[in-house]
Amino acid sequence: MSVVAAPDRDGEAHDRAALALTWATPRGLRGWLSTANHKAVATRYVVSAFVFFALAGVLALIMRLQLAWPESRLIGPDLYNQIFTVHGSTMMFLFAVPVMEAMGIYLVPLMIGTRNVAFPRMNAFGYWTYLIGGGLLWIAFLLNVGPDTGWFSYVPLAGPAYAAGKRVDIWAQMITFTEIAALVAGVEIVVTTLKFRCPGMSLNRIPLLVWAMLVMALMVIFAMPAIMIASTMLAMDRLVDTHFFNPAEGGDVLLWQHLFWFFGHPEVYIIFVPATGFVSSLITAFARRPIFGYPAMVLALISTGFLGFGLWVHHMFATGLPQLGESFFTAASMMIAIPSGIQVFCWLATLRSGRIVVRAPLLFALGFIALFVLGGLTGVMVAAVPFDLQAHDTYFVVAHFHYVLVGGAVFPLLGAILFWLPKMTGRMPSESLGRWSFAVLFVGFNLTFFPMHRLGLAGMPRRVYTYLAQTGWAGGNLLASAGAGVMAVGVLLFAANIAWTPGRGTPAGADPWGADTLEWSVPSPPPAYNFVYLPVVESRTPLWTTPTPAVVTGLRTDVPEVLVTDAIDATPDHRHVLDGPSMWPLLTALASGIGVIVAIFTPWGVTLGAVLLLITLTGWFWPRGVPVSDTARERA
Amino acid sequence: MTRVALTLALTALGGCAGRPAALDPAGPQAARIAGFWSLLLAVSIAVSVVVLAVLLDALARRRGGSLPPPPAVDPRLERRLTFGVAAAVVLTAVLLLFLFVASLRTARALNALGEPDALTVEVTGHQWWWEVEYWDSAPARRVRTANEIHVPVGRPVLVKTRSADVIHSLWAPRLAGKKDLLPQHATSLWMQADRPGMFDGQCAEFCGHQHAHMRLTVVAEAPEAFQTWLAHQRTPAAEPTEPALLHGREVFLAGPCALCHTIAGTTAAARLGPDLTHLASRTTLAAGTLPNDLGALAAWLVDPQSVKPGVHMPPAALPPRDFQALVAYLGSLR
Amino acid sequence: MRRAIGALLCAALATTACQREQRRFSDSRPRDAERSAWAVAEGKRLYQAFNCDGCHGRGGGGGMGPPLMDAAWIYGVAPDNVYASIMRGRPNGMPAFGGRVTESQAWQLVAYVRSLSGQPSRGARPGRDDHMQVRESEQARRAERPVAAGTPKPGR
Repeated sequence: MSVVAAPDRDGEAHDRAALALTWATPRGLRGWLSTANHKAVATRYVVSAFVFFALAGVLALIMRLQLAWPESRLIGPDLYNQIFTVHGSTMMFLFAVPVMEAMGIYLVPLMIGTRNVAFPRMNAFGYWTYLIGGGLLWIAFLLNVGPDTGWFSYVPLAGPAYAAGKRVDIWAQMITFTEIAALVAGVEIVVTTLKFRCPGMSLNRIPLLVWAMLVMALMVIFAMPAIMIASTMLAMDRLVDTHFFNPAEGGDVLLWQHLFWFFGHPEVYIIFVPATGFVSSLITAFARRPIFGYPAMVLALISTGFLGFGLWVHHMFATGLPQLGESFFTAASMMIAIPSGIQVFCWLATLRSGRIVVRAPLLFALGFIALFVLGGLTGVMVAAVPFDLQAHDTYFVVAHFHYVLVGGAVFPLLGAILFWLPKMTGRMPSESLGRWSFAVLFVGFNLTFFPMHRLGLAGMPRRVYTYLAQTGWAGGNLLASAGAGVMAVGVLLFAANIAWTPGRGTPAGADPWGADTLEWSVPSPPPAYNFVYLPVVESRTPLWTTPTPAVVTGLRTDVPEVLVTDAIDATPDHRHVLDGPSMWPLLTALASGIGVIVAIFTPWGVTLGAVLLLITLTGWFWPRGVPVSDTARERA
Repeated sequence: MTRVALTLALTALGGCAGRPAALDPAGPQAARIAGFWSLLLAVSIAVSVVVLAVLLDALARRRGGSLPPPPAVDPRLERRLTFGVAAAVVLTAVLLLFLFVASLRTARALNALGEPDALTVEVTGHQWWWEVEYWDSAPARRVRTANEIHVPVGRPVLVKTRSADVIHSLWAPRLAGKKDLLPQHATSLWMQADRPGMFDGQCAEFCGHQHAHMRLTVVAEAPEAFQTWLAHQRTPAAEPTEPALLHGREVFLAGPCALCHTIAGTTAAARLGPDLTHLASRTTLAAGTLPNDLGALAAWLVDPQSVKPGVHMPPAALPPRDFQALVAYLGSLR
Repeated sequence: MRRAIGALLCAALATTACQREQRRFSDSRPRDAERSAWAVAEGKRLYQAFNCDGCHGRGGGGGMGPPLMDAAWIYGVAPDNVYASIMRGRPNGMPAFGGRVTESQAWQLVAYVRSLSGQPSRGARPGRDDHMQVRESEQARRAERPVAAGTPKPGR
């Protein structure tokens, strides 16, 4: 194995053919079910997440229709409660976090110059787990057994005494199960980012998007266990008569809130931080310069990651906390505006000093800046306890979090989809459809959610299925509902653009945007092995600095081999053979899914799941003749 | 199309008439919060304007055409940008510190309301109504009512809150911020009304099927009027004289009603549902959902599920004469 | 539309999910209470609210009145028998609640009372309540095998 300035032509053609064979997924249904290729898994992850987005969006439209007029009889309270719970749970657990992780799974190996994620089969297992969890929730909803106590499901309303039937049990098990998938993706991204970078890509040269994904993945690893523990405790309270949340037997109702929000607050930063990575990539490409202040941006990301874990009590300001505690969390909640502010100022500096060329993806990034600043400012408002005591649990907060989640995460995501669609499909999306979808979405979004600030201050609480005419809320609600219709049109335009592209877009080539990161050096769509020869980088913007980089040769092409490098400096360490396609991840996901679903009804489900898992994990890890990999340290 | 747009615009503007409740304070707590809000709003507008201005300025310098190659980095420009970004960050930190201090001062002021002989009201949240009790050391002088909190103008009121079932939240935006009602821990809220009037509130923590219809009214009146009201609430229900009302009382006592409700002065003394002793003196029925008139009362009694689906009160399945007598009797409980 | 999809899925999965999760707020089919988890939970709420546990004990353990969680049912465990016990009362101290509780409330109580001895489907039974635990919850209760017609009260 060695680094050469440029590979020889004949050797390259031969290597390319061999790699295509080695990294290929078997054809047909079996191949589709057993693939461990990160791009295939990530693509279906993104598609599934957007299907859930559309489903939850339809629920939102139904809610807005119900709320458009006072005392509407369109939907009764029971169905409405299920609708807003499934809308929130789908958006947060089945769309927002999975889609960000999936974009990471797709882009990170390409951006750091490697061939696959660190644990390819576990990656596939994560997707199947996610799909089963999402299917569980939605099939339950269609069977009238969807959860109906809100996406954060406070006890005692969600406890065994006040929530009859299996609705909340299904929610609790869905959470535990789906967050396994989130943890899997988090682990993938951390290990891949730290150990699989191509030579020369030291930590201070990795793209900001990769930094964002790394911070997000570390946050996932620390935050998801809290919600899994909490939902398991709730499931146990309901199923096997434990007393975690039963005050009469020594439990505490506020314990649920603490456990949930210890996860819940980092969750929103888990959603937001990758979006900042997208924005950095988009602004770099369309302002034609690297983001200003790379070290500050990285420090801002890392400090957001840490600070995000110290804010959770701001969701509980109305529960009668001691003043000192309230002050602490007000301070922390305001303080996190500083790293976010650093990022915004660096982006603005980049835009101001670059040569901006407007394309549809950039519009989404610019829309993000406008909407996120507004959402962040209302966030500073509700961080302050006195004002929060008026705004908490009202439509003001609904407006705030939609500004930071839709404006702050979905807009960058849509821009990222348009930006990387040429890479994923090999075709350019329609520029005019892209601009129109942005404009309609931007107007529709503001029309929907800006009036909600006033509605909240006018006294309208959250989660109400209707309201009296004399409250005076009808005007704002009608406006918001009209805006929701406009947003729906915007989403349809965007979807039409995506659907139109693979068939009729102009061929894109490897680098249609003239961008700087490594994924633009491979063909569109990328071959299964990503790079024929792994590149060697010398700067943060490899394609702008060295258009024809040195490459690593000598990795085996007859087995799926990758290069493992040092975590800090990315000096080559050893070669490692990855696993190929396998049916065991799907079978393991099914096994644990069966266990979880039966556990909704009886604790024997845990036993059943354990037995099935024993079988499938044995199959998964059964030793095969492992191809020899070179573990001796090699100098390049 | 234009008609639709015009209707929408007028409706929206109609919604904009008058200040929203939280920004139209009628007491010192809400007033302090509203004042703090003005500060937050001013800072937010300033920051948004500056950020949007910089954004639009950058956008105004855009180029058309295809994507040019990236330019070389200009070290002087980088130094100026560093200075600019650093200044913005420092300014942000200073602004946040300023807002934090303002928040602390407002919070301290909110917690300072109170005096030794403040009026104490105990509010217990139920699914989906508010039980309001004016405590007194002599049990016979205690007043229990529902969905309405009467307070004297100008006097601080300590509202001690707890829940009988799930978590609720007491919120009267024109008077004070909200406080959650928990089944386990007692919480409390200070409020004070500085002018007479009726101030609406609503439960602000999702509590089940009829969370949307769990409203309450805070009635602030002059201290003498308040004492008169309190004294009247202490009296048992007036003894009916007309035969129709007597019959109505019999229907009440013989049927399901007495199993859940209290009417002081009769043998009905159950506490599952609201106290009805002075039902007709309240401004609303069914936790603020219906106006308090005989027609609404009849509609509520004949089928509560059509007004508040999921509510715990069963329908009154009575023959018409008994039903009318019951409605008349309840309507007479002033 | 939702109901059509749901019905298809119900048929396909052959579960009782639809009935178990029904929340019938109006009085239309009171006797179906036993199949609806919500109705059984309402029965539990009424059992506590109307002080049935004052005589029959918290959780049906017995006291002044006979226990309801065992297999000995003096006046029969069938739903109609329990309904008659509640509405018309029984000798030896069970008051008549007819005219005091509505028909659907009575059927909800019937469903709950039967669940104390593990009678209706396990899926519809309520979980533990938020009080001090004095016995296992209704859903953990194994099904007793009472005699349908009734067990004579033990003689002195």
